[in-house]
Amino acid sequence: MNRLAIPKTYKLYIGGKFPRSESGRVYEVLSHKGDFLANAAKGSRKDARDAVVAARSALGGWAGATAYNRGQVLYRIAELLEGRRAQFIDEIMSCEGVNAAGASAQVDEAIDRWVWYAGWADKYVQVAGNANPVSGPFFNLSVPEPTGVVAIIAPQGAESLLGLVSAIAPALVAGNTVVVVANENAPLSAISLGEVLATSDVPGGVVNIVTGSPAEIAPWLATHADVNALDLVGAGDLDWVELQISAADTLKRVLPPEVGADAAAPALSRILAFTELKTVWHTKAIL
Amino acid sequence: MKFLDYAPAPESRALLGLKSDYGLFINGDFTPGRGTPFQTINPATEQQIAMIATANEADVDAAVSAARHAYDGVWSRLSGSDRGKYLFRIARLVQERARELAVAETLDNGKPIKETRDVDIPLVAAWFFYYAGWADKLDHAGVGPNPASLGVAAQVIPWNFPLMMLAWKIAPALAAGNTVVLKPAETTSLTALLFAEILQQADLPAGVVNIITGDGSTGATLVNHPGVNKVAFTGSTSVGRAIARSVAGTDKKLSLELGGKGANIVFDDAPIDQAVEGIVRGIFFNQGHVCCAGSRLLVQESIHDDVIDRLKRRMQTLRLGDPLDKNTDIGAVNSAEQLARIRELSDLGEQEGAERWSADCVIPENGFWFAPTIFTNVSTSHRIAREEIFGPVLSVLTFRTPAEAVAKANNTPYGLSAGIWSDKGSRILAVADKLRAGVIWANTFNQFDPSSPFGGYKESGYGREGGRHGLAAYLKPAVRTGSRSITAAADHPTTPVSKKSTSAGKKSASAEKAAK
Repeated sequence: MNRLAIPKTYKLYIGGKFPRSESGRVYEVLSHKGDFLANAAKGSRKDARDAVVAARSALGGWAGATAYNRGQVLYRIAELLEGRRAQFIDEIMSCEGVNAAGASAQVDEAIDRWVWYAGWADKYVQVAGNANPVSGPFFNLSVPEPTGVVAIIAPQGAESLLGLVSAIAPALVAGNTVVVVANENAPLSAISLGEVLATSDVPGGVVNIVTGSPAEIAPWLATHADVNALDLVGAGDLDWVELQISAADTLKRVLPPEVGADAAAPALSRILAFTELKTVWHTKAIL
Repeated sequence: MKFLDYAPAPESRALLGLKSDYGLFINGDFTPGRGTPFQTINPATEQQIAMIATANEADVDAAVSAARHAYDGVWSRLSGSDRGKYLFRIARLVQERARELAVAETLDNGKPIKETRDVDIPLVAAWFFYYAGWADKLDHAGVGPNPASLGVAAQVIPWNFPLMMLAWKIAPALAAGNTVVLKPAETTSLTALLFAEILQQADLPAGVVNIITGDGSTGATLVNHPGVNKVAFTGSTSVGRAIARSVAGTDKKLSLELGGKGANIVFDDAPIDQAVEGIVRGIFFNQGHVCCAGSRLLVQESIHDDVIDRLKRRMQTLRLGDPLDKNTDIGAVNSAEQLARIRELSDLGEQEGAERWSADCVIPENGFWFAPTIFTNVSTSHRIAREEIFGPVLSVLTFRTPAEAVAKANNTPYGLSAGIWSDKGSRILAVADKLRAGVIWANTFNQFDPSSPFGGYKESGYGREGGRHGLAAYLKPAVRTGSRSITAAADHPTTPVSKKSTSAGKKSASAEKAAK
């Protein structure tokens, strides 16, 4: 006699909690064969705005944490993801229709990217900052700081987990907080990643994951005055030029869409895209 | 003349050999513009200095294609060290003709000669000298090995530091290997055109730098031109937004240096007399026409009265008048339009209940002038505490605790500059950490240096000018190759691949004035 399995309810991940969409809407997630897998929450404008509020509240703590601490927390995500490899491989196989080897390679690469970015947390300032030899009695130092709240449209193609991780990890390194719209057709690993984040010492609100329609949610994020940067990496199929035009009203920093397996490839420049350079002039006494 | 009055000490105009008409500088030569010429006036006398050409669409097109031709044919093929040598030449020529440029700048802009002579023009030379040395060291610019130039840079600059803003734009662009089309502000084109003569003396290859004049619509045509690869703009936030909209969806790399409402924070342990000097430098330098001006004074409540008394006393000694006079502290406001804006916002300050006080000074009969003014009893909701006035007008607010100072300082959509005055090093460091601004001056204000990056947070724009980071704004990484796996080297980004088109017939950046 086969045991009857207990399916999971996939919800949003906002402010460290797993709420349903306030709209009460869900949409069917299907396997690559067209079988029913789950009812994912269909996030609304209100959910996106709640996520921005959560991200803004979490910003001070995360940006103010020591770089060593942020690095350890990001590394902790890799540790927990490693422990849950089997679950992610299962979800990826059923959602994306790849074989075990392909799913496993994707999870491995996602874990390795967390580790790679974790190591940057206490180094990017050294690499991207500067002591500046100004002509005068001043100690002049330039240091990159987090931009603030970053809204991300996750890659919508194959490799849902890897795309998501590749987009959110670099934004977290410097101390930004994130609102991410997950892969619409393959959202399961996004919510499972939320479960990993919730148990990885990542403070609630630092990463907020909204599932649903990017076309519906993205415009609200692009125009939201409390969002400082917009990563359109996965918005290639949306009217992303219109999103970029909306983002100009509040002078958001915008990254353009990328496609293919190299989308959001690991790079220091992805960390720096969500930083602001602060230059401080300290007056020296003249002895 | 009373005891301690100053005798007039005007700088001579004799070394200026200005023409009565100036054309556009395209492909190494001056050519007449096809638009309607306009006059540039001395804002201190309202008298005409010269007629300036207007570039129409065809002229913009000619300038961009000259820049493209020079980029493909000459500049991108030149070695870094040869590019550097041209920039060193330019720096030296600016130094040689420094006095002439200072007088011309003061005539055209209205700012005091002591500022053009001691700040603007020396910084122009320093900027070219600094970036000259970068031209053959681009591997160290922070964008990875073998970085590539972008192509043709469209640059639109404001009227408050005309030649200095030109240097901030042109020097890094050329060092990185780009060619340039630059449009100065409508009211201050003169020194850019003298600079074109310097480029001829330097024998810079034709088309590497093109200077086109005109109003905001010329600037909009330039930044929207499909042939440009980089747009760099300094000016108002509203025009910056329009430009950001107009380049959306294109491959153009954009940097914006926009408005500000800088907080100058004075703690109760600050050296008060030095702080007063810093407050004066922060808001009355260049008649307050400074995007990073310390236009909001946040003074700790316990020392408010003392600071304001001493500030008023100091302000009474500021000399307003002939900008060419070497003793002048406050020159003319650059245009009637700007003067009207300063008056409008100042009147609003009074209407909203703030207390207005102006230094007692004689306002000349002709020209555009505004006496140094402070407003006390200002609250954070007043428009004079929120909007950029861009004039010699200071809004004074108070605070009790460092946390309150930080909260008030950050309570603005802008994030360009801030100042901190305190004798306590640990407090300066902690407050500087918490301020959301791109440039922070501790126990000083309005300092600039070519090695020091400058630029804003939030709605003050993005990108940096100055330093290594200012160079990176004109470079892109070498194309990345190799494995996507993290176990392979991954220090360089991919090039985005899903761009729709280079210009895609986007709506134009509006006819708003592109220069502020």
